[in-house]
Amino acid sequence: MYDFNNIYQPKTIEEALKMKSEHPEALILAGGSDILIQVRDGKLAGCDVINIQPLNELRGICVEDNGSILIRPLTSFSHITKNPIIEKFLPALGFAVDQIGGPQIRNIGTIGGNICNGVTSADSASTLKAYDAVLEIASVDGIRLLPYADFSKGPGKVDLKGNEILTGIRVPKESYENTYGEYMKYSVRRAMDIATLGCSVNVRLTDDKKSIDRVRIAYGVAGPTPMRVPTAEKLGNGKVITEQLITDIAEAALTDVKPRTSWRASKEFRMQLIKELCKRSLRTSIKKAGGTI
Amino acid sequence: MAKQLITVTINNKLTELYVDPRESLADMLRNDLKLTSVKHGCDVGECGACTVVIDGENFDSCIYLAIWADGKSITTVEGLASLEGELADIQQAFVDDGAIQCGFCTPGFIMSTLPLLNVEEDLSREEIKKQVSGNFCRCTGYTNIINAIEHTREKIKNDRDSDK
Ligand SMILES: Cc1cc2nc3c(=O)[nH]c(=O)nc-3n(C[C@H](O)[C@H](O)[C@H](O)COP(=O)(O)OP(=O)(O)OC[C@H]3O[C@@H](n4cnc5c(N)ncnc54)[C@H](O)[C@@H]3O)c2cc1C
Ligand code: FES
Ligand code: FES
Repeated sequence: MYDFNNIYQPKTIEEALKMKSEHPEALILAGGSDILIQVRDGKLAGCDVINIQPLNELRGICVEDNGSILIRPLTSFSHITKNPIIEKFLPALGFAVDQIGGPQIRNIGTIGGNICNGVTSADSASTLKAYDAVLEIASVDGIRLLPYADFSKGPGKVDLKGNEILTGIRVPKESYENTYGEYMKYSVRRAMDIATLGCSVNVRLTDDKKSIDRVRIAYGVAGPTPMRVPTAEKLGNGKVITEQLITDIAEAALTDVKPRTSWRASKEFRMQLIKELCKRSLRTSIKKAGGTI
Repeated sequence: MAKQLITVTINNKLTELYVDPRESLADMLRNDLKLTSVKHGCDVGECGACTVVIDGENFDSCIYLAIWADGKSITTVEGLASLEGELADIQQAFVDDGAIQCGFCTPGFIMSTLPLLNVEEDLSREEIKKQVSGNFCRCTGYTNIINAIEHTREKIKNDRDSDK
């Protein structure tokens, strides 16, 4: 038996928002693959939860009139990977979430839970950062839109008020159009392991495919939260593609990151991964975009 | 906590029962329905011993609330053999290939294989391994388990071809 103090069971999003405003301390229970583990562990024993898992309105993926891709937060990782819209326009995200845990975790874990837990190793986080995702956050007072870039507040901390629920994740058309990306996860085991380091890169090339028009690079576990590396991106934008440029971008990434030593890996090893995974994902992204190096 | 009525199809049988909202699906299947093929290993989603199939996908029932199963269709190993007691192909293959030693992990592995047994396209050994990568076995060393899955897929393919 899970040690919940109370379990609130909304039938609609409106009811869920009302419950969240009346019980701001209650945790949103989505797929439960973080919360249920911590309840068992004792860390969250005796908590109150709002069970949104059955709310199918919060599930699914569509393309909106303006071309934005809208991912509802309860969409499971396996449904993201299999989704034809994701396969066509955002395959890097489909691949990233296919690296999470094992099949059972990918069938229950939700993308909303993956970013709301605020964990730096979350496998979807770097790709969503690298594609400038915009979050839709709802409360009884209405909806606000927040760039995902401004969501992380520190390890395990995100910009969600007590009365708020994440209701959507959007990737604007301008962000994915003509853009090709790659996610690389370094972990000790190939399955059922958290990233030692994750790197997500995407590029848009100029029409002649000789130069980088725009490059975006984001990491997991390179600092306390998932992060972009603006110095490296600025250095790459508008430059002719050469092997030297790729090395320069990867070197520049090192100036923006703050990895730590943990039991999984030393800071020095993570610095090496930050450079190497950047180069590899950059080369792959450029090739996918039709460029040559 | 007040119990809640749920309606769920279990091994093709429509079942109504009252469950505690704090109860895991693993507890419901084992304690309320005596489907003890569902094992408690780690109880935190790491080992796959509690795996069941829900609406065609494999889930760890230890980290799945019983109330979430309302309206869904669940398969456990108890639902595989024929009414006369004849084993399903995948069960027979586990026996024939020596894919079982202590047997604790076996029901979970078999459940994880179900979603890919009828996939018609060819699957590499790596793809098969990926499908069972959330299931741990401490005895067999996995090789015979993967062999059993491959042999079952071959048999199903041959049966399908001879039907055509
Ligand atoms: C065995 C195992 C392996 C794992 N491997 C990986 C891995 O390789 N990579 C990885 O990234 N993660 C991994 N995880 C962690 C976990 O699966 C993911 O973080 C998952 O995305 C959590 O989502 P959930 O919906 O299941 O979680 P929940 O526990 O339901 O939610 C997680 C957090 O987000 C909050 N939340 C959820 N949805 C919303 C919402 N819509 N609005 C507001 N707040 C919300 C919850 O309140 C909670 O704080 C693993 C977990 C397990 C058990
Ligand atoms: S008992 Fe459920 S995964 Fe181990
Ligand atoms: S046969 Fe013993 S754990 Fe797999």
